[in-house]
Amino acid sequence: MNLDFTEEQEMLRTSARDFLTTECPKTLVREIEEDEKGYSPELWQKMAELGWMGLVIPDEYDGMGMEFFDLIILLEEMGRNILPGPFFSTVVLSAMPIIAAGTDEQKKEFLPKISDGEAIFTMALTEPSATYEPSGVALKAEAQGDNFVLNGTKLFVENAHIADYMIVVTRTKDVASPEDGITLFIVDGKSSGIKTEVMPTIGADKLCEVVFNNVTVPKNNMLGELDKGWPIVAKTLEQAAMAKCAEMLGGCEATLDMTTEYSKERVQYGRPISSFQVLQHYMANMLIYLETARNLIYEAAWMVSEGMPCTQLVAAAKGWTNEAYKFITERGVQIHGAIGTTRDHDMGLYYRQALAADLAFGNTDFQREVVARELGL
Amino acid sequence: MDFEFTPEQLALKKEFEDYAIELMKDAPPGWGTSLEFQYSEIGWDFTKRTHKKIAGKGWLVRPWPKEYGGVDAPIVEQLMFNMAMGYHRVPAADVFGVGMIGPTLLAVGTDEQRKEHLPPIARAEIYWCQGWSEPNSGSDLASLVTRAVRSGDEYIVNGQKTWTTNAHNADWTFMLARTNPEEKRSRGLTFLLADMKSPGITVRPLVGMNGEHFFNEVYFDDVHVPVRNRLGEENQGWAITRATMNFERSGIGGLAEAQRSVDDLVEACKQIKWNGKTLAGNPFVRHRLAQLMIEIEAGNALAYRVAWSQEKGDFLQSAHLASASKVYGTELAQRIANTACQIFGLYGQVSNSKWAVMDGRWQGDYQFIPGTNIYAGSSEVQRNIIATAGLGMPRTW
Repeated sequence: MNLDFTEEQEMLRTSARDFLTTECPKTLVREIEEDEKGYSPELWQKMAELGWMGLVIPDEYDGMGMEFFDLIILLEEMGRNILPGPFFSTVVLSAMPIIAAGTDEQKKEFLPKISDGEAIFTMALTEPSATYEPSGVALKAEAQGDNFVLNGTKLFVENAHIADYMIVVTRTKDVASPEDGITLFIVDGKSSGIKTEVMPTIGADKLCEVVFNNVTVPKNNMLGELDKGWPIVAKTLEQAAMAKCAEMLGGCEATLDMTTEYSKERVQYGRPISSFQVLQHYMANMLIYLETARNLIYEAAWMVSEGMPCTQLVAAAKGWTNEAYKFITERGVQIHGAIGTTRDHDMGLYYRQALAADLAFGNTDFQREVVARELGL
Repeated sequence: MDFEFTPEQLALKKEFEDYAIELMKDAPPGWGTSLEFQYSEIGWDFTKRTHKKIAGKGWLVRPWPKEYGGVDAPIVEQLMFNMAMGYHRVPAADVFGVGMIGPTLLAVGTDEQRKEHLPPIARAEIYWCQGWSEPNSGSDLASLVTRAVRSGDEYIVNGQKTWTTNAHNADWTFMLARTNPEEKRSRGLTFLLADMKSPGITVRPLVGMNGEHFFNEVYFDDVHVPVRNRLGEENQGWAITRATMNFERSGIGGLAEAQRSVDDLVEACKQIKWNGKTLAGNPFVRHRLAQLMIEIEAGNALAYRVAWSQEKGDFLQSAHLASASKVYGTELAQRIANTACQIFGLYGQVSNSKWAVMDGRWQGDYQFIPGTNIYAGSSEVQRNIIATAGLGMPRTW
């Protein structure tokens, strides 16, 4: 047992925090919220230069060859700062499954583009059925010579409107067991027949409707095997849940910092409101939620990183963190008082992110069901 | 980061677990259905016999130095030991002797005091109780008024202690008494060790709402305590209490017990059928059980962190995390008891009857656990510590 970070990990955290504080002020976060693209190409390029997009990509594909657990640290800092943009969809939802399941050719073709910040990726998984269960995958892919033809609608696809490539999860066979008959394709985002539309959402994180109308994709772009794609998705969902938890953890930290700081400055009845015990106990409760979440997240993320079986712990971590982030931001707004409810205040940014993050990759009800199944209930 | 134990640690963990299972073969019927049971006549007999066995194996005081019967066990080993004992409901080592006064004597006792008091604790021959709280000094402990007046080689003690766990079985008490009445608060207090058989000590039971005996009132009427039984200097007792408190709050043993309770509850819900359907088949029950398991995982993760900080010697820096772990653990236990009673519906209230579910343990917990949110620093005191030590808020009370 050793619950300390390595020196390299501490350095990664410090440099990420410094970089994001300077390069991604909240003014930029707000600007990007209103921006159609949803990211800053200049910032994206600088992140690529730091090697962030290639952090977990092997050296031979221009990456840094680090571990998933290292990525967790970076994501925590991104969440602390609410970094907007396609990092998550490109690295967590796309680079990781390509590393795990791609052919040598696919890795050679796509991974350097990700490492170098040349291509934006996303995964198109969920549909109007709005579930992360395999039964929700209905979009059809039919073989036609050397190609497959895709028809159907994907929904809640992050950054599809700017994606150079999408990993599309398709149904290639209708069988009794919904996990069977699922196939993944790496699809050129500019293919004819793809129509994307950004949905207005609470987190303004560019979730899209993507309609596939006779979209042709070459057989060679199949990721993994025909009909056997679900385990790749399942693994990605596990990694995505922990990656999202890391972002949420950063958000929880930032909220508690911001709130305690404000409480020490804000004066009412002639004294700082931090001297009122009722508010102190609110903040103590925020800390309890934060510290339980933090340690549970590190534990589960470490197990994911080590490739250990940890379905129950991942579900517990996401389920717990969902509630922690919502609780902490709700208390944060309350302690800030009326100013915390305004569009101009940073508190609302975190409050809105908390719900968006809760709903992504399994809300708490979903995670409870996973835990119940793991308990044999 | 590495959350795994080494192969050597895992082997030791297995040894602890096997031993715990072995010890429990001897448990009397009803054991584990309530925490008070440990201090009842039958429960106490089993407790003492078990402690003697553990002591004979050399494991009762593992964290202590070899000189006093321990093995200098590092915190991580202690974590595994407490998890195994907690999970299997082995009577926890005497928290007051092994867990509190022992480490305190090791830290601040004289050689003579250590030689007198540590070996009998390590052999499970002598039990201790904690004479701190008084009727008008609970959370505000430093306001206590029990008097100790120096008279030659002795202190003459007069006053009343209360909420004294297991005083009815204890041989000795470590206590705080006011030696300087001019000082209203912590500065006038002295730390004394008193033989419970001393003339003038009277123990009266305080019966809990569930009818069981756990706490006591302890009256001191001209009790003579030799000066050699003073720990530290006169009027310097408060600092010693602060040292003692560090040994009580990592929380892992309680969480392991909670884990066992929920594991048992999950199994029961798989077995028990209502109207032809198992309780586990009810989606509300499934989600309630899953939520409890999530909350246990969260608590375990925090307790590991506290243990790791302590392993590195960061007792002070992690004090607010230890408080977080304590308040989280006892409030979780409360939620578990309530949830279990809800799951069993009308049966959730039945004790000691053929109609009782799971030996009626949940209604027992439901009554006992509010006490855990109060003793050893109430949940509010823990939150004060988190706010002041952890978040830098001013102390205004």
